Amino acid sequence: MAHVSVRNVSRSFGAHKALDDVSIDFPDGGFYALLGPSGSGKTTLLRLIAGFDFPDEGQIAIDGDSVERVPVEKRRIGMMFQNYALFPNMSVRDNVGFGLSVRGEPRHKMAAEVQAALDLVQLGSLGERRPHQLSGGQRQRVALARAFVTRPRVLLLDEPLSALDKALRVDMQFELKRIQREIGITTIFVTHDQEEALTMSDRIGILRDGRLVQEGPPDETYERPGSAFAATFLGDANICEGIAIEGGIRLANGTEINIEKPVKGCTRCAIRPERIRIATSGAPIPAGDNRLHGTILRRVFAGNIITYFVDCSGLELKVLVQNDGSIQPYINDAVRLHWSKASTVPIVSD
Amino acid sequence: MTRLLEWLGRGFLGLLLAFLYLPLVIMGVMSFNRSPFYQLPIDWSTTWYSQLFANAQLMSATWNSVTIAVTTTIIATALGTAASIALFRNEFPGKRILQVLLFPPIAIPWLITGTAMLVFFFWVGIGRGPHAILLGHVALALPYVIVVVSARLQTFDPQLEEAARSLGANQWQVTRRITLPWIMPGVIAGALFAFAVSFDQFVVSYFLATPGQATLPVEIYAAIRKGFTPEINAVSTIIVVISMALMLLTARFFSFGGER
Ligand SMILES: Nc1ncnc2c1ncn2[C@@H]1O[C@H](COP(=O)(O)OP(=O)(O)OP(=O)(O)O)[C@@H](O)[C@H]1O
Ligand SMILES: [Mg+2]
Repeated sequence: MAHVSVRNVSRSFGAHKALDDVSIDFPDGGFYALLGPSGSGKTTLLRLIAGFDFPDEGQIAIDGDSVERVPVEKRRIGMMFQNYALFPNMSVRDNVGFGLSVRGEPRHKMAAEVQAALDLVQLGSLGERRPHQLSGGQRQRVALARAFVTRPRVLLLDEPLSALDKALRVDMQFELKRIQREIGITTIFVTHDQEEALTMSDRIGILRDGRLVQEGPPDETYERPGSAFAATFLGDANICEGIAIEGGIRLANGTEINIEKPVKGCTRCAIRPERIRIATSGAPIPAGDNRLHGTILRRVFAGNIITYFVDCSGLELKVLVQNDGSIQPYINDAVRLHWSKASTVPIVSD
Repeated sequence: MTRLLEWLGRGFLGLLLAFLYLPLVIMGVMSFNRSPFYQLPIDWSTTWYSQLFANAQLMSATWNSVTIAVTTTIIATALGTAASIALFRNEFPGKRILQVLLFPPIAIPWLITGTAMLVFFFWVGIGRGPHAILLGHVALALPYVIVVVSARLQTFDPQLEEAARSLGANQWQVTRRITLPWIMPGVIAGALFAFAVSFDQFVVSYFLATPGQATLPVEIYAAIRKGFTPEINAVSTIIVVISMALMLLTARFFSFGGER
């Protein structure tokens, strides 16, 4: 159990600022997902917390104590590397047991713990194999078992499940979450999969070009993105731009969009595609809803969901519709779109 | 066409092996010939071997050579491996210059190195003798070990050391359990080089040896100057057999050039 705090941390490589004044509190026993495009500094941040690298500015503390002078091996962290970094000269069993054996744990106790960890990641029968005899997904699970078997204070996972197929991935997500909750390890988790981030974590942080652009619990982060980037990176969003008016925005085509909690001078808003409804002809539209007329440009069928791209006099909106068996519009149909004021999020920055 | 090429290739390989091994084989056979003048047919006997074991000078020179070569191998391999790992792990100003400077001693003729060492050792008061030979051999062998071990380290993923440290291993545990096992084939190859450089060494040993304390090559050279005796064949045969056995054993345990 440990609380990790990162305060005003910056790290540059040459002229490139990989991290720029980042401050994050990773709550004790929490599951924190770090999201961000490639090269945004996620791995760099993990390496600083692990102690492989040192910040140019700022402090990192674990349980309130600065770790500036604490070497990696004394920080009691578990790290899972993006490319696994399994020891090629050791069997799977010895890989997983390495952390216990350098601590001088008795042999029989170690064997039992290693076996339990291997069983947890469903590799119980592959203990004698060498890493090069495993598939990508199996290697990933060995790396995961190796990282948590020592019961570290902080678990740092760099895209731990990216090589797994959907079913195994869901299994592992569940197991990971269970292990994490059981041992109560503070976990920092880098992922490219937004669904994974949303379903697994207690908090989400979004990095962009080395800066933390958004932070909070998953629902809040999703519902109230602060920037156009956050809105489109975590989930999908329609961004409408116009001029600021009282209570909303007026688009170039003259339509006014009302916002429930308007921000003064704000010229943009975001609407999630699943919040927009297509009104069946003649059906009433709830009072107060924003409404637009449009024509369907494209339709993408994905089984349970149908995505429509609708042209509303120059503004193209993406709309998600559940394939619930009702009659769905087709290309070139004229439709009426509506969504609530509460679903319209003001966007104040890029 | 391809069959012809194949046969040509095999023929070439056969010639190459014959060229390499024929002199050694003849020497070996002659060491068992009673006639000191290489007379045929061969009159098999082990008389030269018993004479060799009775020759105190040759025997002590052999012993000197073996102890110096083994000590050189141990010191040069340990120092060279440590230096290679240090060069691999750390960035410091002047590192590249240091690495580049490791190569010239390999190319400088031993005659020149030997003269330079002799002059230098006298100047600083080390003088001549087995200790000077040992010092000289370690200096000669060190670049070989560093070059060979560093080449192996190039294939080592430094992230493995990070992973080990994150699991709680200290510097020594990381080195012993992660880094060394990976570079071991390089270390063994480096050790063989060091042994060969020392055991084969004539020029530098000749300059640094004191009478009665010479190494085997120096002693053989002196003996040949006085007049060739087939005892030399005998001692050479023993050495060839032992070194080949050593090489084959290591080659069996460590497959060079390929991943295991
Ligand atoms: N050792 C280094 N030397 C120079 N530049 C580096 C170094 N490590 C990282 N960088 C740079 O810092 C930036 C952030 O890198 P980082 O590895 O943290 O990205 P990331 O968010 O983990 O990306 P990905 O999702 O692709 O893994 C990148 O532009 C990268 O090129
Ligand atoms: Mg990364």
